[in-house]
Amino acid sequence: MLRDITLGQYFPAESVIHRLDPRVKIMLTLAYIVVIFLIRNFVGYGVLFVATAFIVWLSKVPPKFMLKGLRPLLFFILLTAILNLFMTDGHEIFRLGFIRITYEGIIGAAFMVLRITFLIVASSLLTLTTTPIRLTDGLERLLNPFKKIGLPAHELAMMMTIALRFIPTLLEETDKIMKAQSARGSDFESRNVLRRAKAMIPILVPLFISAFRRADELATAMECRCYRGGEGRTRLNALKMTELDMHAIMFMILFVVLIVGANRVTWEIIWPIFY
Amino acid sequence: MLKLENVTYTYQPNGPFEKTAVRDVNLQVELGEFVGIIGHTGSGKSTLIQMLNALIKPTSGKVFVDNVATTEKGANLRDIRFKVGLVMQYPEYQLFEETIYKDIAFGPKNMGLGESEIDRRVRASAQLVGIGEELLEKSPFEISGGQKRRVAIAGVLAMEPKVLILDEPTAGLDPIGREEILCKIRDMHRETGIAVILISHSMEDVARYANRIIVMNKGQIAADDTPDAIFAQVEMLESIGLSVPQITKIAEGLNRRGFALPSGIHDLQTGKFEILKAIEGVKPC
Ligand SMILES: Nc1ncnc2c1ncn2[C@@H]1O[C@H](COP(=O)(O)OP(=O)(O)OP(=O)(O)O)[C@@H](O)[C@H]1O
Ligand SMILES: [Mg+2]
Repeated sequence: MLRDITLGQYFPAESVIHRLDPRVKIMLTLAYIVVIFLIRNFVGYGVLFVATAFIVWLSKVPPKFMLKGLRPLLFFILLTAILNLFMTDGHEIFRLGFIRITYEGIIGAAFMVLRITFLIVASSLLTLTTTPIRLTDGLERLLNPFKKIGLPAHELAMMMTIALRFIPTLLEETDKIMKAQSARGSDFESRNVLRRAKAMIPILVPLFISAFRRADELATAMECRCYRGGEGRTRLNALKMTELDMHAIMFMILFVVLIVGANRVTWEIIWPIFY
Repeated sequence: MLKLENVTYTYQPNGPFEKTAVRDVNLQVELGEFVGIIGHTGSGKSTLIQMLNALIKPTSGKVFVDNVATTEKGANLRDIRFKVGLVMQYPEYQLFEETIYKDIAFGPKNMGLGESEIDRRVRASAQLVGIGEELLEKSPFEISGGQKRRVAIAGVLAMEPKVLILDEPTAGLDPIGREEILCKIRDMHRETGIAVILISHSMEDVARYANRIIVMNKGQIAADDTPDAIFAQVEMLESIGLSVPQITKIAEGLNRRGFALPSGIHDLQTGKFEILKAIEGVKPC
């Protein structure tokens, strides 16, 4: 059940999106996220949808797999939509007791849902098509300029690599411990909240102990191999920008131009087309 | 007691990492049997036995414990797990209590047994795995790895299950320790008539204790027979990456050099007897 979370997972495939330089991919994702919040009308979201669908198609990640990542966040998305729907002031179109729905509320809620959905799709697309190692490599290189002002870029990246590396391990371990304790009659399915909470202790204690032990062993293993931080460290696979990355950047620029254009489209322009 | 009908198990179905670990297995185990399961690493042994006490449910097919299907709605899974005790592979990590005594008592306590019955069971199972009284009040985190293993096994034995499943219980134990534990388990099996299922990579252990052997290969049952019949099929075993006990190899070697020993010899006693018998027939020239 813990494995159903696809956000942050890597999906192995051979695609142009997978081959992009992680630095470029990170920057483009950031740009994309900024663009999401710049969009002011549904025409813009139409453009966004087409562009996103195109990228997903290029990445060869099955859309079904991407949408699965949305499921755990569905509750959160709905909650924001409902809050927006009922809490926005403006032109009232419907009223029932103290509940009132406004035109601005509907638009706001719709925009919010679209924004969060695209936000999640974009960030999952980044992690789905980039191995954790390349992701942190890219991040480290992007943060490098900030080293001068004392930002420990390499250490941060190493910490992230390790954290990402151990998430599946810890999930697996939790799974194993849960099984072992269920085999001895632990009751995780009980309706009683107190009993369920008590059943967590036999899981958390071994989990923490093994996490600490692992951390200790990893530190020793790294020291044994003479790890001493980022200074003077070279890479096995140096990152290189290719023509492909240039194409991606060009695509992004075109996309931004289209969105800016779409923002200028108003009802006054659209009306005459239909009448 | 246990019955599997066309059981298949797939990890992460429909995902990019889909993996069918157990494929179309049919199996029946009755009380009083001592079943050994052997198979190459990754052949699906651990997956198979986790279905026997409903820790995982088959993707398709049915597992019956005492005629109750584990997939049935409203089946009491805890009840099933008390009946079918499972010692997982490398079970040391399941320890969590302050003292060894309390940790062994965790299972029986969950069963809702009385104080005195729990006490009896804890002491009996601790003794069975060779954990002395003086250790019972110690913390399970300040004992050696082998002792942890024993405590973990005792934690399942204390539930006195009708079917006891052990997933490589002796991996990483010293030779005397493993013999001690397995002998005790066999004694218990003989006295109480429970069913025991033992997974092991040691052909010697399986040959010695089991009276039925199941060979797993790539998620399927490749053979299911008595030790005599299984270890007579040296070629089949070797083709799927397994081997036979040392003594079987010796007998095979002798046969290739012109002796006529019966095939499938797998324990030292019989081996010695048969070899001596054969040699006496050979006239020194
Ligand atoms: N949690 C899991 N998720 C995905 N695949 C798994 C998982 N557990 C096991 N597998 C896969 O299922 C197959 C069978 O694994 P299993 O643990 O049952 O093998 P095994 O026979 O017990 O091996 P071993 O002798 O090494 O213990 C393996 O190929 C393994 O990669
Ligand atoms: Mg196993």
